Amino acid sequence: MMRHLISAADLTRDDAVLILDTAEEMARVADRPIKKLPTLRGRTICNLFFEDSTRTRISFEAAEKRLSADVINFAAKGSSVSKGESLKDTAQTLEAMGVDAVVIRHSASGAPYRLATSGWIDAPVINAGDGTHQHPTQALLDAFTMRRRLVGRDAGLGQDLAGKRITLVGDVLHSRVARSNVDLLHTLGAEVTLVAPPTLVPVGVETWPCAVSYDLDSVLPKSDAVMMLRVQRERMNAAFFPTEREYSRRYGLDGDRMAKMPEHAIVMHPGPMVRGMEITAEVADSDRCTVVEQVANGVSIRMAVLYLLLGGNESQTTRTEEK
Amino acid sequence: MSKILIRGAKVLGGEAQDVLIDGETIAEVGTDLSAEGATVIEAEGRILLPGLVDLHTHLREPGREDSETVLTGTRAAASGGYTAVFAMANTFPVADTAGVVEQVYRLGKESGYCDVQPIGAVTVGLEGKKLAELGAMHDSAAGVTVFSDDGKCVDDAVIMRRALEYVKAFGGVVAQHAQEPRLTEGAQMNEGVVSAELGLGGWPAVAEESIIARDVLLAEHVGSRVHICHLSTAGSVEIVRWAKSRGIDVTAEVTPHHLLLTDELVRSYNPVYKVNPPLRTERDVMALREALADGTIDIVATDHAPHPHEDKDCEWAAAAMGMVGLETALSVVQETMVETGLLDWAGVADRMSVKPAQIGQAKGHGRPVSAGEPANLTLVDPAYRGAVDPAGFASRSRNTPYEGRELPGRVTHTFLRGRATVVDGKLA
Repeated sequence: MMRHLISAADLTRDDAVLILDTAEEMARVADRPIKKLPTLRGRTICNLFFEDSTRTRISFEAAEKRLSADVINFAAKGSSVSKGESLKDTAQTLEAMGVDAVVIRHSASGAPYRLATSGWIDAPVINAGDGTHQHPTQALLDAFTMRRRLVGRDAGLGQDLAGKRITLVGDVLHSRVARSNVDLLHTLGAEVTLVAPPTLVPVGVETWPCAVSYDLDSVLPKSDAVMMLRVQRERMNAAFFPTEREYSRRYGLDGDRMAKMPEHAIVMHPGPMVRGMEITAEVADSDRCTVVEQVANGVSIRMAVLYLLLGGNESQTTRTEEK
Repeated sequence: MSKILIRGAKVLGGEAQDVLIDGETIAEVGTDLSAEGATVIEAEGRILLPGLVDLHTHLREPGREDSETVLTGTRAAASGGYTAVFAMANTFPVADTAGVVEQVYRLGKESGYCDVQPIGAVTVGLEGKKLAELGAMHDSAAGVTVFSDDGKCVDDAVIMRRALEYVKAFGGVVAQHAQEPRLTEGAQMNEGVVSAELGLGGWPAVAEESIIARDVLLAEHVGSRVHICHLSTAGSVEIVRWAKSRGIDVTAEVTPHHLLLTDELVRSYNPVYKVNPPLRTERDVMALREALADGTIDIVATDHAPHPHEDKDCEWAAAAMGMVGLETALSVVQETMVETGLLDWAGVADRMSVKPAQIGQAKGHGRPVSAGEPANLTLVDPAYRGAVDPAGFASRSRNTPYEGRELPGRVTHTFLRGRATVVDGKLA
């Protein structure tokens, strides 16, 4: 395994499959009466959150505690980009306190990469989402969810997502989830299609290992999984689309559209959902929608990542990954 | 003042000749000149150029003396072979009054390392709303002829039009930082393949090109002249080429870093590569080199932008934009233009001394290397090879993108009106 987890693009197929398989083992812990492993006893992990995130922070915290780690939560209001204590100072303070790993969420793309490569600290760095760049554990939990649903819980062990057709719909431009998913799904052999209004597709997307469509209805029948991305209402004010209703009409997923998907196909969403915008309540609450499973799987995936990065897997050769 | 004999230097890269400096002027240029009473500099194999002129320097004083002062900035300039620099107006306070430009001018006089010509702001406080007193700055002791809101674009078409018209009264020129503000909100790097992957806000080429297109048309309409700062895209080159073909009075500059570096470097997320306009693509770099070679781009200007360590030792989005450039400019031009065969040394003299002196009306600079001319000269050893070591910079700041990179050429001597400011590569 690598030393840090900064980008989904850093993962090889074998790395990714190992994480998914390890997460299946971790998931079994959740089924026990005592949901705890002693693996990281005596290790200190800091959750360094420069951007508000209840879900991701709680998910990491649950994963850390289930592995018996000592947890420090550091929530910085706003971010170091606004005046105040710098990322460097904060990191060096944590280093001085002797943390064994840093989980960082930051509004600035590249902040975790800087933390991992600038020499400010020695601890492994796990990216819990940076700006509009990457959110690798989200992509891993999404892939985990897809493998379970589309390949099978036991049948999926050791397998990737070869040949699966995955569609990502919504605000790709501002989405670190989309970027991480495109990288990881491609590594795992899936065929990815992005669907969005042209205003929400980045310039330069032509080099990404995926297809791009502006027409949701034509893509739905050929999708094994459809991942709806959150679309913030305020994007309307910056003229990314004319109105909320127009967006929903063209790119929202409702019951009629869901009916166009193959029988086995699933609907995914990284959360938080904007019901009535990109997804109707009917779809969100249907049994084809995996939103709640994704949250549960997130804890298993994060346990697996922490376990593998913090030396729970001595047999693996260690290497530092440089992009 | 004593006599100095520079023996056997290739003048503008041509024939080896002797150049005798007597006091402030070049007394004689020829072969086998007498060394009697003169200090002799053996300059075989070296190139003698007119002292370099930088039309785009940020000296940071007044206001940000922690990054640079007029003194440290001019020492850096001399080290890089410059005898004159034009100091941009985005200081604190802004150089938008006769008082501020006179202060900068006086500090330059006191420094003694190179001539400092202040640039005046186009608008009050660089805010783009109201013309600054351009006439007063021109009539002041500083004699300002170049006006720029650099760092910001004069984006209001009417204000830009008025400025272009107004400076005709005293032969001034407006230097535009071409950046359409709405198209570059939240911009962090060149918009394209790399920005899409890194998730950094895009600074699209069209934001530069659309303003250049507008401003050359305005200059044509009002019969004035306009100078385009740090042109960075292939499209901008095409627009300037078209404007010149129509007879529009436009000049343009390119920075050394845009001739060498690309946005691929941003993958490191190292803010040393964060600059405005941003590093562009390989295609843009090649187009800029071609344009500098064929004269579409008139000059090289450093956009020397010093920043203190803490403003770069942070995450990309929080970092300041800009790079120091005075002490590496000539080496980068040698690597990108001379060693590629695009420009000979006479061409380098034209792009880095003669033309910038003309555009900025820097008297006594950019002159021929011949008898009777002011002895503003730069002596270069083109065979030198060495890694860039910021620790050795004369600038107060170290934010260079070339740290550890091997670059060719070294300035061994700089002369300002016959007085050596640099001797054997060290400040005198």
